[in-house]
Amino acid sequence: MTQTVRRHGWAIGLFALLVLLLIITKLIQPGYGASGIGSLARAALPFAFATAAQVIVVIAGGIDLSIASMMAVTSVTAAAMMDGASEEFAVVVVLFVLLLGIAMGMINGILVVLTRVPDIVVTLAMLFVWEGVALLILRAPGGAAAEWLKGIIVGTAGIPGLPAEITAWIPKALLVLVVCLGIVWLPLRRSRLGLSIYAVGSDALAAFRSGVAVNRTKVVAYAVAGLFAAMGGLVLTMSTGIGAPIPGPYLLASVAAVVLGGVALGGGRGGLLGPIIAVFILRLVRTDLTLLSVDPNITTVIEGTIMVVVVILGGLVALRGRSA
Amino acid sequence: MTSESLLDASGVCKSYGPVAALRDASLTVGPGEVHALVGANGAGKSTLVKILTGAVRPDSGRILIRGRDRKVHSPAEARRSGLVSVYQEPALIPDLDVADNLRLTGTPVDPFMKWVRALGIDKLDLFETARDLPLAVLRILDLARALAIEPDVLLLDEMTAALPANLAEKVLDVVRRQCETGRSVIFISHRFLEISALCDRATVLRDGETVGVVDVEAGVEEQIVELMLGTRTELGRAAGKPQQSAGDRRPEGETPRLRISNLGAGTKLEDVSFDLQVGEVLGVIALEGQGQDELFGVLSGSRRALTGKIEVDGTEARFRHPADAIRAGLVYVPSNRVDALLMQRSVRENIALPFCAGAWGPIDMAKENVRVDGAIERLQIDTRAQGEVQRLSGGNQQKVTIARWIATGVQTLLCFDPTRGIDIRTKREIYSLLRELAAQGSSVLLYTSELEEVQLVCDRAVVIFGGRVVDVLPADIANEPTLMRAAYGLPREVSSDAIPGSAPAHGASGIELGPA
Repeated sequence: MTQTVRRHGWAIGLFALLVLLLIITKLIQPGYGASGIGSLARAALPFAFATAAQVIVVIAGGIDLSIASMMAVTSVTAAAMMDGASEEFAVVVVLFVLLLGIAMGMINGILVVLTRVPDIVVTLAMLFVWEGVALLILRAPGGAAAEWLKGIIVGTAGIPGLPAEITAWIPKALLVLVVCLGIVWLPLRRSRLGLSIYAVGSDALAAFRSGVAVNRTKVVAYAVAGLFAAMGGLVLTMSTGIGAPIPGPYLLASVAAVVLGGVALGGGRGGLLGPIIAVFILRLVRTDLTLLSVDPNITTVIEGTIMVVVVILGGLVALRGRSA
Repeated sequence: MTSESLLDASGVCKSYGPVAALRDASLTVGPGEVHALVGANGAGKSTLVKILTGAVRPDSGRILIRGRDRKVHSPAEARRSGLVSVYQEPALIPDLDVADNLRLTGTPVDPFMKWVRALGIDKLDLFETARDLPLAVLRILDLARALAIEPDVLLLDEMTAALPANLAEKVLDVVRRQCETGRSVIFISHRFLEISALCDRATVLRDGETVGVVDVEAGVEEQIVELMLGTRTELGRAAGKPQQSAGDRRPEGETPRLRISNLGAGTKLEDVSFDLQVGEVLGVIALEGQGQDELFGVLSGSRRALTGKIEVDGTEARFRHPADAIRAGLVYVPSNRVDALLMQRSVRENIALPFCAGAWGPIDMAKENVRVDGAIERLQIDTRAQGEVQRLSGGNQQKVTIARWIATGVQTLLCFDPTRGIDIRTKREIYSLLRELAAQGSSVLLYTSELEEVQLVCDRAVVIFGGRVVDVLPADIANEPTLMRAAYGLPREVSSDAIPGSAPAHGASGIELGPA
């Protein structure tokens, strides 16, 4: 039990912060309820996938600056392919786009491993490459999305065995997020491959000496990041009904959530839960400040301050825990 | 013998660019044998270890394991063919807990725990993160992890170095028992006591070559030392030293420039005391990793001491930052020029930096020019490459690192292997520069990995072993064999004082020479 608390201490702290923020939101806007949470989840969805992608690369000791561009590529590909196509064809499109994401991630990873150029440089270059590719596919926002796909993230779903009063508070978007991340992350975390990803990020030489195939592991980490980015791109198309070739502000937001979520930028430390909660915190802060009609320019100042303060506080708590 | 050996490596060569790390190394280990691998710093031990464990590929050579040709390209492959290594630095992943580390390498937990207990650790929390465990425990866990997969050949690189005595004893016990079951151990150690207590045979490397394989018996230390030195003894003699030594005119009873008492830092430097006199060049001799890095780090203000005190000119000093040390007149000249110079900046800026680093105000150009030109002339730095320092040769770069401090009129130089990788002519120039500085009343603390430099430039030499001073020798008796013996923690031999540089011992009795 104490083991679990110690290991997930950061995520638990963030969750407490999120609950606190929800209470504050309720105080500011007494009408805030199930529908508010639903729109929060929908707004957080693409950010959450971008963050998940960033998390796995950062844990493996790298960083991926091309995540938002990969989201744009997958988003426009999906929108272009579904334009005028049948509803059933959308299944093929989803599978194709997910594979496309994996392929783009692998290209990133292979380039990093082969060229031995620092991750940040390679993925910065790929940011521009994927951005160009997205514009080649779709010159301006356009395309379409299948109706059933758009429906996936709207409203709430009944869960068998749970009364409607509870399921009304669980938006479909949140379920989609949990299922998609869980399907990839949980098996990974329980495999030798997952351990290898942590090992490579923590100490590549020690990992090599422990018999880990360092390069292969890095490529896989980037490929999984590509997969998450593709999910993010699909979500974008689902929520807007079109594909947009210019990437949104997902890259820096993903790095911010990674840091706030307790993942060490140096690699090897952290999990997925913390950063995902961090995404919701950052989104909710923004909602609250909008509700309070604070100047949007001040909003970003406050967001930055929260990040720094939380990271410093967390560092202090961790220090105390270690010396105790 | 070859047919029944567990491991047989022969003719192994490896070059890094123009530098040959291994020229013709061989190593044969029989079943049930503890085999020592010894050699001075830079003899090629670590390269051979890396090749055996697959971390580095040899340029040529053959490695047979149980008589079969094996090409190992990674530690994982080496492990599959029965060769497991415990490295000098712990190989556990710092951010994973012990259980995850075992899972990562597929190590069975029960035998692992059995070995952990056999190695003297009774309580171990498998969910402790490796980062939070003390170094000694990490090394034991490394060893237990290696033993748990029952390797045919176990390679231990300085296994006992970071261990307290009781754990080290347990390790030696376990190694002995390991061999009773027909498995073999390759044991790399700087400690002759352990080698003679534990090993059956020893392979000696010198300059990348296997120069001998000896049976370990009483008195073998002398043979090994002689093999390690080889003909280099004569080289040291021939070079000769400018004997206008400050040793003669060292004022008795005067306050030393630098007095170090009971200094300890990090895990390696335990308890070091010595004096550096005014106008003296004091050599520091130590094998790799005996605490010399920590010693120089503390003296130059880049790391904190745990215990002990430093006195400069009779007053106690505490350095929190290199700027404090520099203000006290102590400056550091590292072996790696890249650590000291701004490679993309000009010679002029590099030399001028130390005396404008303290203040942020405008630079007095006229004054700076005088000082910089003086230093350049003094050291005869080749200034054709006026531009970037990185275009200069290694020797000229090293001169710049010294020149920048001379320009500030500094009193104490802390030189850490300043002649590493420098051509012979520039070496000479640096020697005479250091002597000249000493003659003008500066003091020099000189760590060197080339033993002959002690007699070439130093007045005295301090020998450090295991983080402690084991001997202080005046230069005239500090010839290479004596220093080497002292550096390995052996007692000073009486006869070598009388006849410095005894003849090299090729073909001495009991020595089986390496493959021709």
